[in-house]
Amino acid sequence: MPTVSMNVNGRPRSADVDSRTLLVQFLRENLRLTGTHVGCDTSQCGACVVQIDGEAVKACTVLALSCDGSNVLTIEGLANGNELHPMQEAFREHHGLQCGFCTPGMIMTAVDLVRRKGNNLDEMTIREELEGNLCRCTGYHNIVKAIAAGARNMGSAPQSKAAE
Amino acid sequence: MYAFTHHSASSVSDAVSTLGANEDAKFLAGGQTLLPTMKQRLAAPPHLIDLGKVKELRGIDVQGDKLVIKAMSRHYDVATSDAVKNFQPGLAELAGLIGDPAVRHRGTIGGSIANNDPAADYPAACLALGATIVTNKRKLAAEDFFTGLFSTALEDNEIVTAVEFPKADKFKYMKFRNPASRYAMVGVAVAKTGGTVRVAVTGAGSDGVFRWKAAEEKLAQNFEKGALEGLSIDPNTLNGDIHGSREYRAHLIGVMAKRAVAGA
Amino acid sequence: MSATGIGASIPRQEDHRFITGKGRYVDDINRPGQAYAFFLRSPHAHANINSIDIKAAESAPGVVAVYTGDDIAADKVGGLICGWLIHSKDGSPMNAGPHPVLAQGKVRYVGDHVAVVIAETLAQARDASEKIEVDYEVLPAVVDLASAQSGAQIHDVAPNNVVYDWHLGDKAAVDKAFASAKHVTKLELVNNRLVPNPMEPRAAVGEYEEGTDSLVLYTTSQNPHVARLVLSAFIGLAPEHKFRVIAPDVGGGFGSKIFIYAEETICVWAARKIRRPVKWNCDRTEAFLCDAHGRDHVTHAELATDADGKITALRASTKANLGAYLSTFASSVPTYLYAPLLSGQYNIPAIYAEVKALYTNTAPVDAYRGAGRPEATFVIERIVEIASRELGMDPAEFRRKNFVTTFPHQTPVIMCYDAGDYDASLKKAQEIHDTAGFAKRKAQSESQGKLRGLGYSAYIEACGIAPSAAVGSLGAGVGLWESAEVRVNPIGTVEILTGSHSHGQGHETTFAQLVSGRLGIPIDNVSIVHGDTDKVQMGMGTYGSRSGAVGMSAIFKALEKVEAKAKKVAAHVLEASEGDIEFKEGKFTVKGTDKSADWGTIALQAYVAHKFNGQELEPGLKESAFWDPTNFTFPAGVHICELEVDPATGSTTIERWTAVDDFGNLINPMIVEGQVHGGIAQGVGQALLEAAIYNDEGQLITASFMDYCMPRAHDLPSYAVGMTTTPCPSNPLGIKGCGEAGAIASPPAVINALTNAVGHENLQMPATPERVWKAAQGARLRQAAE
Repeated sequence: MPTVSMNVNGRPRSADVDSRTLLVQFLRENLRLTGTHVGCDTSQCGACVVQIDGEAVKACTVLALSCDGSNVLTIEGLANGNELHPMQEAFREHHGLQCGFCTPGMIMTAVDLVRRKGNNLDEMTIREELEGNLCRCTGYHNIVKAIAAGARNMGSAPQSKAAE
Repeated sequence: MYAFTHHSASSVSDAVSTLGANEDAKFLAGGQTLLPTMKQRLAAPPHLIDLGKVKELRGIDVQGDKLVIKAMSRHYDVATSDAVKNFQPGLAELAGLIGDPAVRHRGTIGGSIANNDPAADYPAACLALGATIVTNKRKLAAEDFFTGLFSTALEDNEIVTAVEFPKADKFKYMKFRNPASRYAMVGVAVAKTGGTVRVAVTGAGSDGVFRWKAAEEKLAQNFEKGALEGLSIDPNTLNGDIHGSREYRAHLIGVMAKRAVAGA
Repeated sequence: MSATGIGASIPRQEDHRFITGKGRYVDDINRPGQAYAFFLRSPHAHANINSIDIKAAESAPGVVAVYTGDDIAADKVGGLICGWLIHSKDGSPMNAGPHPVLAQGKVRYVGDHVAVVIAETLAQARDASEKIEVDYEVLPAVVDLASAQSGAQIHDVAPNNVVYDWHLGDKAAVDKAFASAKHVTKLELVNNRLVPNPMEPRAAVGEYEEGTDSLVLYTTSQNPHVARLVLSAFIGLAPEHKFRVIAPDVGGGFGSKIFIYAEETICVWAARKIRRPVKWNCDRTEAFLCDAHGRDHVTHAELATDADGKITALRASTKANLGAYLSTFASSVPTYLYAPLLSGQYNIPAIYAEVKALYTNTAPVDAYRGAGRPEATFVIERIVEIASRELGMDPAEFRRKNFVTTFPHQTPVIMCYDAGDYDASLKKAQEIHDTAGFAKRKAQSESQGKLRGLGYSAYIEACGIAPSAAVGSLGAGVGLWESAEVRVNPIGTVEILTGSHSHGQGHETTFAQLVSGRLGIPIDNVSIVHGDTDKVQMGMGTYGSRSGAVGMSAIFKALEKVEAKAKKVAAHVLEASEGDIEFKEGKFTVKGTDKSADWGTIALQAYVAHKFNGQELEPGLKESAFWDPTNFTFPAGVHICELEVDPATGSTTIERWTAVDDFGNLINPMIVEGQVHGGIAQGVGQALLEAAIYNDEGQLITASFMDYCMPRAHDLPSYAVGMTTTPCPSNPLGIKGCGEAGAIASPPAVINALTNAVGHENLQMPATPERVWKAAQGARLRQAAE
């Protein structure tokens, strides 16, 4: 079996994998980082969104082997120790989650959205940018509010990993 | 997915020779269509040649009077490229309408056109703008490249390396999304260069992307949306499904074409 | 109100683990030595199985075992059950066909379970499944409700594919009212079939503990105790005391995870056979094929009104598709969860409903968010809207004229509404929405070539289900009480064990708020334990918006017992008579003195037991309670949808949404509003986007998110949510329940708005762009003719 090596949440990780192993399987099954979820087979639901080299991607639609040498950030690596990332805090504050299953993908997508579109996000932009993330619980109302607030707070936070 | 052997190509020539050496091998570009298809076991290539590390397939720049987008340029790259925005802003807009933000971080122009999905967006732009498809072997006019549903003129041992777009005076792509898949149910690209107008339609044709010549003639005479009034397209040449009948798609082509002209 | 007690919109206690990726869902659980199950499913909607050859699969790489229906039969594994017995008009019991967990010679829908392969890896199990050879004799498929009765017979016990032919109400009285009606409004409607699609697909890990000869099942369940009861008492896998069912974090359910399915049954059964844990995780396509679907009714309804515009009678005739097998509660949904709600918020003297439930070669249909009540609300709120339009009355005024205004109100269809103020909700909704400004907004839209419409939905539902004796008399196989246990630790922290199950509802917060407020202790000193049959003695689970009204009432009752016991302890500690002890804000005081003791002190004293005679007063502080409600609860409210249609494309944009709900008393308004938002989104999904579509061969065309349109963020607006309050008189907290209201209220609001926009009633759900475009063409033609 081929070997894949990548940096996950700041730690070098390496494993022998079946070629057909998807990044999400590598994270969940090899590394037991189960915060990244699988909600569909067609790359639509976004529950599996992680960052590869600073950009949001769907971990269910990337081979682990394609990520050799990459830096991968998952929901488990977002907080700075015990200090929650502003986007995580905003989801809690604004009740942006119910069952929590879509939440890691939503948060990772939201952080990426701020990287691309800045800290002042209007409602329409946020809704359009959530094209690739499905939530069945919240009706999106509070997710939209949480992302707007999280984006603002990322701008004012003294230290933000994602802004680095 | 069925089992396969993964090859990481280091260069175009390495990719092509690996393709030649392994029967039924397939290139893996961004994988945003191929991998879901393989996951559903609808495709089973025994070898995948991963193009992700081929540096010579990346890059966007203006060379003389044309815009050259290398094959492994991602939709995100095209959508955010200053070169594209300056050269043909409508093309950057189109790239920003493909899939969703995460998909745009992986999906590539080369992968999209080589797959020629009948609901993909790029093929319409290529046809409307009169793009040239560059391969490791030759250059093909877009017209000659797209040959039907999921099929292209690509031969064995051939790989798309870039797409060259000539400059158009006006270009606009209007997309009416399939509500579920978010692919184009109807997408219409309209380009005007001097006195020449091209109109290309994706998402609707029963044989894939096509040019709407009747609309082109009318618009060449008068590039106003009113010029398309009363013009209709034969629903029998179109594709119908649970999301939209042929008649509805025929109607939408007219609406999207008018809106593209108005917005160009 | 304390800072963390009832009424406080505090952030959720459970959120931290979810936002940091530390939730623990079934698919996150891995047991040592586990093998993986993959199900071979029927590719045909209806077929006899002549033979199954598993030899090649058994010898495929990594395969541990392959089982078919023969193995199930040999082990005498019981079939899946339907727990609600409905009788037809003629008194005969419903025709319930067998529902084996692996096919016994016949398959009845695409996705039906034919065999299971268990292997070292999931990929190997799936690879091997392709080596199983099944010889099918394909039979004609029955798909469509209209032709189901004349199609091929699906179950031997059900001639003409009729499950039951049921009715409710006084037909003679209704016929009489119609005979003298001034006006009769008629309506044909389809309540489209939906796929629940919680974001977490179902999953199971079955385990056999040889040392104790007992079974453990981790499963995505809304009601783990009911799952254990069925798997134990009916399917016969192991007695309950040798069977532990754990439903850890569950990623949404919406009804679809109430039911007991074949997959988890087989995982735990097979784990004992192979002496290894067996894991199964559903992929999304399997979920589309095999999770119980929702709705799927065709109804003809008529409404009679008199010369004053008063409703005099309603009749409805419905065909309900129950799919290929009767799922766990399927039979109750189109009967007792449906017809008793047809009175809506209105004073209707006579109602008659008849329901024919039919088998088809499609996935089983069972409860989905609202379950029967959205179907009833769609009938009454559409027909009331149309009647007002036909009578030339303002739709809000027509409703107002017919509202129930005095309580209790006995409807002609079982329900006795206990409390409400329907006009208050309507008035408040109109104010928030600015309905007065609609005409101006409509003119603005029209000036931009857009159509604009406004639609009301004044819904009522019956939830908090339900009084056990009442549902028992209607055919339920179980009681619908809830249980709770309050364990006070010696240092005064509290564990609440509840039979309710949280899968997004926020019980770890709301239940703790009740305790924090009642005992005057910090909310962080309370933990909520649920979802494990080894920890919680018994429970009926979470569905039907029942966890507040029923589950929390049980906690309330147990807390009362704890407080009473603590007062006895305090009386000894404070050397006073029990009657003089007062308890407030975490402090015990003696009336008329300055003597006091705090909660923690009394808790400790209850356990050290130094201050009282252990023979007279038992040491310890732990109480339990079962709460059986005295009535259903009746949340009600008014939703207003305002939307714009692009007549050129048929695209619909919801511009404004106002919801004013009366849920009785609220525990955490922020969480309640979140439930409303989510419910509306699912209702809008039904109205505009979602439909499960089978072709004539019984193949599910919409078997992935590529073809089944899930609501996305930009399909929906922000919602304006308001509340009115009439406390519920039938439980101690005055709670009515809020989980389903949004999904019940919203579909008719959308369709009423759309039909208002296009100017005619000919539009069915889902109102896709093409359907709206066609409908809008009519609108333009009429305008041109005017």
